[in-house]
Amino acid sequence: MGNEILKVNRLSKLFGPGAEQGIQLLEQGYTKERLAKEKNIMVGVNRVSLSINEGEIFVIMGLSGSGKSTLVRMLNRLIEPTSGEVLIHGQDLRKMNKSQLREVRRKTISMVFQKFALFPHRTVLENVEYGLEVQKVNKAERREKAQKSLELVGLKSWEHVLPDQLSGGMQQRVGLARALANDPEILLMDEAFSALDPLIRRDMQDELLELQEKMKKTIVFITHDLDEALRIGDRIALMKDGELVQIGTPEEMLTQPADRYVERFIEDVDLSKVLTASRVMRRPETVTLDRGPRVALQLMRERGISNLFVIDRAKRLLGVITAEDASQALKTGASLRDILIEDGPKVPPETLLNELFEVTSSAKVPLAVVDEQERLLGVIVRGAVLGALAGEVDNKEVSEHGLHS
Amino acid sequence: MDFIPKLPLADWIEAIVDWMATNLEGLFDGISDVIEAVVGFFSGLFLLPHPLLFIVIIGILAYLVGKWRLTLFTVIGFLLIDNLGYWQETMNTLGLVITSGLISIVFGIPIGIWSAYSKTAHRIISPLLDFMQTMPAFVYLLPAVTFFSLGVVPGVIASVIFAIPPTIRLTYLGIKQVSGELAEAADAFGSTSWQKLIKVELPLAMPTMMAGINQTIMLSLSMVVIASMIGAQGIGATVYRAVTQLKIGQGFEAGLAVVVLAIVLDRFTQNLFKSNKGRG
Repeated sequence: MGNEILKVNRLSKLFGPGAEQGIQLLEQGYTKERLAKEKNIMVGVNRVSLSINEGEIFVIMGLSGSGKSTLVRMLNRLIEPTSGEVLIHGQDLRKMNKSQLREVRRKTISMVFQKFALFPHRTVLENVEYGLEVQKVNKAERREKAQKSLELVGLKSWEHVLPDQLSGGMQQRVGLARALANDPEILLMDEAFSALDPLIRRDMQDELLELQEKMKKTIVFITHDLDEALRIGDRIALMKDGELVQIGTPEEMLTQPADRYVERFIEDVDLSKVLTASRVMRRPETVTLDRGPRVALQLMRERGISNLFVIDRAKRLLGVITAEDASQALKTGASLRDILIEDGPKVPPETLLNELFEVTSSAKVPLAVVDEQERLLGVIVRGAVLGALAGEVDNKEVSEHGLHS
Repeated sequence: MDFIPKLPLADWIEAIVDWMATNLEGLFDGISDVIEAVVGFFSGLFLLPHPLLFIVIIGILAYLVGKWRLTLFTVIGFLLIDNLGYWQETMNTLGLVITSGLISIVFGIPIGIWSAYSKTAHRIISPLLDFMQTMPAFVYLLPAVTFFSLGVVPGVIASVIFAIPPTIRLTYLGIKQVSGELAEAADAFGSTSWQKLIKVELPLAMPTMMAGINQTIMLSLSMVVIASMIGAQGIGATVYRAVTQLKIGQGFEAGLAVVVLAIVLDRFTQNLFKSNKGRG
C-alpha cells in the first residue's frame, strides 16, 4: 500500500449544549450514557483515530446511528468536528480558514451522496461540470473534463438529459462522474450504492472496482452492508456507537474478529465470497524435471500423496505428474517430461472460493495456485475448500505457507 | 382591571408617527419622488399606445406565457374594459400594482433570503410579518397619509406593507425546502455561499418563490383598490365613488374591470412560473 494520505486523530463530534466541555468529561471517564443523561450531550463520534493510505478503498462500516456518516462528513468539514484532527497530507483541515477549506474541497476531496444529490435543474453535463464551474474553469475546458468524466462512467450520450429522467443506477453514475470531474485525490462515498436495488448495486460495485484499477484514487466508502464492505474494501473499519471497533482487511475481520460484536456482525457472511485461494492453499510438494520417476515416486510415497508438481529452478510451474504415470514410467523407462501433464488447472491467489468449487470438482489433479510470473505458490485440494467454509482455517499454517512459497 | 390605568398606546403611536413625520420629512419626500416617478412611468407606458394596440401586445404576451385560452380571455376582458370606458383608470391601477409588486419583490426576496440564512433574522421577521398581514389594511393608510400626504404614493406604500409578506415567507420557505443533501453537495464541491445561493438554492426555490410573488401581486391589487380612499388614482376610485353615490350599475362595471385585471395578473404570474419550470 502507498503512503498515508489522510489521517484522523482522536476525532470527535458531540451534539448538544456545551459540547466542548463534553470532550473533557469523556476524557475524565464519563460514559456516553452519563453524558446524555446528566449533561444532555450526545456523542456522535467518539475519539476515532485512523490512517488511510493513498490508493486504497477504505470502508467505514456500521449500522445506522453508528456515527459513520458523521465521521465521513467531518473529513471535508460538512460537519464541524468538536475536537481532534483531520490531516490531509499532514495539513490539519480544522485549522484552515474558509477559503483554504474551499480549495481542499475543490481540488482534493470530492463526495458522492447516498441519494445522489444531483441538482434537478441542471442537465447531466451541467451537474458534472459543477465542481469545475465554481472554480471558474473556462467553459471549453470544463466541458471537456466533464465529458471525459461521463465517458468514464459510461454515460456519454446522456449529457443533455435532466437527472430525473435517469434510473437510480444511472443517476449515481452521474454523481460519481461529478465527483471525478475535479480529479480529486480522495473520494468520499457516503452509502453511495445503498439506495440502489441489489442487482444494480452489484454492478456499481464492480464498476467502481474497475474504475479504481485505472484511477487509483483514495476512496473512503461508507456502508452498512457487510457484503459490500467485504467486496470492495481493501481495509474495513467497523464502527459501533460512535467508536471504532476494529480495523482490518476483509479476511482479518472474518478470521480474527476483535470481539463479540464483530463476530455477530460477520456471522451470516457467505465465506465463499470472501475467502481467497491463498487462504486455503497448502504447501505444494514439488520436484524438478531433472529427477527421474523413481525419485518422484519415492517422494510421493513418503508424503502419502498421489501427485507431484513439477517446477523449474525459478519455481515456475511446468505441470503435474501422477503416481500412476510415474510407476508406469519406471517400467517403460520414460522420463518425467514424457509423463508431465501440462494443462492442469491453475488459478491466481486472489480467486474467491466460490469460483474454486467448479474448478476443483471437475479437475482430476489438484489445483495449482500460481502468481503472475507462473510461479507455484500453493496447492488446493478439494477438502481444503470445504474445510475453510466450515470454519477450519488455521491462520498460522496458511501464513507460513504463504511465506515459504 | 380598574386599578391599572388604560395604557396610552394610541398616544404613543401618534407621538412616534408625529416625530417621524417632522424629523424624517426629507427621507419621505425622497421616497415619495421615486415612487411617484415609477408609478408615472408605468401608467404612462401603459397609456402610451392606443388601447387596441395595447390589447394586441398583451394578447401576444398572453399567448407566449399561457397559450390561446389565456389569450382569448385577456383580449376579450380588456376589450370589455375599453368598451365600458374604464381604460385609463384600469391602466393607472395596473401601473400602481406593477409598482408596488416590483417594490415588494425587490425588497421581499432579499429579506426572505436573509431570514432563511439567519435564525435571528427569521425570529424577528416572522412575527413582524404576522403583524403586517393581520393588522386591518386600512390602518396602514393613515400613517401613510401622514408621511406621504394624499395621493398615489401612500397607496403604494400601504400596498407594499400589505402585500410583501407572501414574497418574504415563500422565499424563505423555498430556500429552506432545498434538500439538505443538495446544499451539502454544493458545499462539498467548494461553492462559496454566493455560488450556492445563485446556482443551487434560488433556482430550486423558484417555483415556491413564484407562488409568493403571485400572492403578492394579488394582494397589492386588492390594496390598491382600497387605497383609492386616500386619493390613489385608478379603477378603485371609480368603485369608491360609485359606492358613495349609490350608483350600483357603475360600481358593478368598475368592479368587473378589477376582476378582469385580477384574473389576468394571476394567470400571467402563475403561467410564468410554469413555463420557467418547463424550461428547467
